[in-house]
Amino acid sequence: MPEVPVLQARGLTRILPGTVPVTLVRDIDLSIGASEFVAITGPSGSGKSSLLYLLGLLDRPTEGEVLIEGQATGDLSDGDLAKLRLTKLGFVFQFHFLLPEFGVLQNVMLPMRKAGGRDLGEIRARAEQILIQLGLEDCLAKMTDQISGGQRQRVAVARALANDPRIILADEPTGNLDTKNAGIVFDILRNLVREEGRTVVAVTHDANLAARTDRRIHVVDGRIVAV
Amino acid sequence: MRLQLDIALAHLRMRKRQSIVSLLGVSLGVGFFIAIAAMMQGFQQYFVAKVIDVSPHIIMKDEFRAPPGQAVTIAYPDGAVRLEGVKPEDEPRGIKNGKAKVAELSRLPGVNVSAVLIGQVILRYGSKDVSASLVGIDPQRERLVTHIEDDLISGRLDDLYGTANGLILGQGLAAKLGASRGDTLTALSTAGAILKMKVVGVFNTGITTLDNVQAYALLKKVQVLQNRVNVVNEIRLRLADVSQAEPLARRIEQRFAYRTESWQESNRNVLGIFVIQNGIMYSTTGAILVVAAFGIFNIISTVVMEKTRDIAILKSLGLTHGDIELIFLFEGFLVGVVGTLLGWLVGYGLTEVLASIRFDIEGFIRTEGFRLNYSFSNYLFAGAIAVLAATFAAFLPARKAARLDPVEIIRGAA
Repeated sequence: MPEVPVLQARGLTRILPGTVPVTLVRDIDLSIGASEFVAITGPSGSGKSSLLYLLGLLDRPTEGEVLIEGQATGDLSDGDLAKLRLTKLGFVFQFHFLLPEFGVLQNVMLPMRKAGGRDLGEIRARAEQILIQLGLEDCLAKMTDQISGGQRQRVAVARALANDPRIILADEPTGNLDTKNAGIVFDILRNLVREEGRTVVAVTHDANLAARTDRRIHVVDGRIVAV
Repeated sequence: MRLQLDIALAHLRMRKRQSIVSLLGVSLGVGFFIAIAAMMQGFQQYFVAKVIDVSPHIIMKDEFRAPPGQAVTIAYPDGAVRLEGVKPEDEPRGIKNGKAKVAELSRLPGVNVSAVLIGQVILRYGSKDVSASLVGIDPQRERLVTHIEDDLISGRLDDLYGTANGLILGQGLAAKLGASRGDTLTALSTAGAILKMKVVGVFNTGITTLDNVQAYALLKKVQVLQNRVNVVNEIRLRLADVSQAEPLARRIEQRFAYRTESWQESNRNVLGIFVIQNGIMYSTTGAILVVAAFGIFNIISTVVMEKTRDIAILKSLGLTHGDIELIFLFEGFLVGVVGTLLGWLVGYGLTEVLASIRFDIEGFIRTEGFRLNYSFSNYLFAGAIAVLAATFAAFLPARKAARLDPVEIIRGAA
């Protein structure tokens, strides 16, 4: 029996309604397995981010559907989708999007607190462990505006890992970083695949970084043109 | 729940100044309501208690609500009858057969009855002429019907028996005359009689309208002065259960036809003012709370607009519509709850300040300061309204926040 793909898209189409409807993503079929590091590339406006949001259940497709670990999501309620995002998916965006009112540790604890089932001590211990693993042991007690941009993006990765999801979706995760920090974050993402067996799907326009992934999906005008 | 609460608290802490202003709005609304309610209800209750204490609960007067019908209109109720130049019957004033009525009313359980004759007199002392309402009483019965005896600041009610033509004056009346206990003055009635009377006591009920015009003497003496021997024109009742005054007054009036007023009816003008007072109080403090609610609406709308990115990221992390809505509802609720607690302190403080103010006013009643009513239910009422208003003010921005589309925001921010 073949292994069930971790992330699957079937006939995925997203059209923005309006007086002039805009097609963001057109009829995409895609299957991504466990422990795969996939880059989605393409010119700006090609629909690569839109595809990522659809795969991440942030947006609902006009046609087609997304399967997470073989589970169809088309008929799920908003609440069920939120639950899947909480437990099975982790997001990293170009901008770190950390909550400025909370400290580094609190930001990483947040998804675990929402998921519940663990007491605050356990949650804190796990958040510390993830941060230390990502080399952020100096930042544990700091506020988000007391650390560097590269560190913030690593905290965002730590937050994405909080509920131990099998899939990490990253939208230009290195887009705001200098070469050195971009390299660090990229290495972290690759380690998540190599050492922890997670699946990482990253949208990027950086050809050098894309070249270091396992598989590249090139999107133009909402269609996959090369795999 | 804890998570949503923490985020709500963090948002409020971040906008400290606006949060404090909103809090102040709520707490001032709550505080003023409590203080004003304490003042108004205190005064009203004091007034009612005074009235119940001092005046009879039911008064039967020697008059009728509707004039008696003409024989011809009674005989032909549907006929077109027109009478001209009808003079009212020259009926002798006074309650007919007063003694029998007093005896019958006395048999009612929990009721004390006294019959009095009230008439206008001119009291003359030295060069001063002051008109007064002289009440002829039987002290033995009167002390069971009104508490005039407790309000005497000099003399005793029984002194009326011991002194020939004894007279008890209201304090205001005594002051106008310049007379005090032991002085002898002249009473002139509209019947033309003149009587030398000796002041044996002065009373102070606290109700200005009584203290300034009323005087008491023995019933027999007043009947002589008014030239109306054996006549009474008012029967006064005091009830063990004050709340029965209104229905009992109606029953008595049906039975005897004489106009019979409960204390509520006699004081209807003042009690009516109380209703208006309460309306003003509720609308004033309500307006403060409405303004506070707008403040809360404003701050939470601002937070929602500033926090669209955070809302988007929270949604991408897996928080639901409901979670987001709850966060912002909590913000309104928290402002309402904390504002209420502060408002209770403000209200308590204001009440204490009001209670410490001393002054002398003569309105309906004389008092040396605010009469305050410390009612816990006012605290609860103001708090409940404030929390409801604050939460409701948060409702619209909270719903807006919950409906934000994270994709649009993240796309816009990138």
